Amino acid sequence: MQVSMKLEMKDTPGQLVSVLTPISQCGGNIIAVIHQRDQDSDSGVLDVQIVLDLPEGRLDDLVGQIKKRGVTITRIGKERLFLQRSLLMIGHIMHTDISDTVDQIDRTGFAEVAELSLVMPAISERSSARITLKTATAADMNSAVTLLRKVSEKKEILIVEPLEECG
Amino acid sequence: MRIAILGFGSVGRGVAQVVQEKDLGITVTGLADSRSGIMDPDGIDLQAALDRKAKTGFCGDRSTAPLDVVDGAEYDALVEVSPTRIEDGEPAITHIVHALSRGKHAVTSNKGPIALAHRRLHTLAASHGAQLRYEATVCGAIPVLHVLQHDLLGNQVKALHGVMNGTCNFILTRMEDEGLTYDQALAEAREMGYAEADPSYDVKGIDAALKLVILANTIWDLGVTLDDVEITGIDLITPDAIRLACERETTIRLIAEAIPEKGLLRVSPRIIPHGHPLLVEGTLNAVTLHTDLAGELTFIGKGAGSVETASAVIGDLLYIGEHHAGAH
Repeated sequence: MQVSMKLEMKDTPGQLVSVLTPISQCGGNIIAVIHQRDQDSDSGVLDVQIVLDLPEGRLDDLVGQIKKRGVTITRIGKERLFLQRSLLMIGHIMHTDISDTVDQIDRTGFAEVAELSLVMPAISERSSARITLKTATAADMNSAVTLLRKVSEKKEILIVEPLEECG
Repeated sequence: MRIAILGFGSVGRGVAQVVQEKDLGITVTGLADSRSGIMDPDGIDLQAALDRKAKTGFCGDRSTAPLDVVDGAEYDALVEVSPTRIEDGEPAITHIVHALSRGKHAVTSNKGPIALAHRRLHTLAASHGAQLRYEATVCGAIPVLHVLQHDLLGNQVKALHGVMNGTCNFILTRMEDEGLTYDQALAEAREMGYAEADPSYDVKGIDAALKLVILANTIWDLGVTLDDVEITGIDLITPDAIRLACERETTIRLIAEAIPEKGLLRVSPRIIPHGHPLLVEGTLNAVTLHTDLAGELTFIGKGAGSVETASAVIGDLLYIGEHHAGAH
């Protein structure tokens, strides 16, 4: 699960570290720390936005730990499926039952179709679509793409995937 | 260095032109197209041969067969630049086998022999102390094979990605820039001389796949063939799909991809972001090598053209002249 938090803390040495420590104790992985000093730097308050990847069920624990250290949490955003990948589909997308195609992805439980933009030029011509998939992990994303390719092959729909560079 | 040029189409004429114009120490002692041949140990008058070809369609004497030139002419290196025949690689394979068996070096731009008979030809060359070089088979003027075989010594190449077919890249570029349909862009490519009357070899991804096979066998000695490559062409791409990609600051290009540790050999249209190093325009080619020491290296250049392809052939010849001179 991806979590983003907006925190308000005293602008004193050691404050930021004291917040980051419980994150790793809860098994979290910090993705980004966005550090914005207040325009009015005399206020003595530091606004920090943290984006982290956290195992399911650990959020309440983490929130308690952070509060205990005298830091105010002003906002929490949760996103279970935060990996996104957009692919293109070309073929008779409507006539091969697009809602079935979307359903097959959604039914997996680990992937969702987040967006679908469809362009249909004329009734007998091939249509084109951009489909955006969301998953929690890279492995799930690969499984979802494989499933979409399989479903599309049966329906004679061409899938254009993004070029994923090797690391 | 004395050479025999087999094939007097675009590439062969390009080689002749460069040899004529630049003082490279190269003399052409044998020359043949598919139906005629000419030999002269003192050097063939190339301008006369070019004029004859333009006027009559024959570069030499119709009673001299191409194989007569391969077997009879006095040369150090055979330049096999006849068109690729993917069904069997002939007659180029026979030409190269005969030259190597005579202990002569061979340089080729013909993908057929290298994609179909790389190991056999390589072994034959080694057993006769001859060199076999084929820079011009992959990405035209880009010296990617030379870089791989010489400049990246000590590196392990983990993967490669490339835009390896100028015809497809031209079509996709025009579809993106002008909103043309695939058929319109193909017609334009034909008018410009970038596409053959039967464009399927290019647009179905076969040409790019052959280059991928050649690279994979050269880098990793995988012994793969065209059948091992998963191939999807660009002939079903719609301008709508490209527009949908552009809305996200991406576009579509035909990408050839090899990642041996995943067992992946694939040629397919792919979404790539604007500003990506492989996103080249028009008929250009580009190739990215992912290496363990040097990191990522991307080369961009002309993938076809008479003099551009001749550049790769000449480079191979001069390399042999410098490193394996006077062998035979």
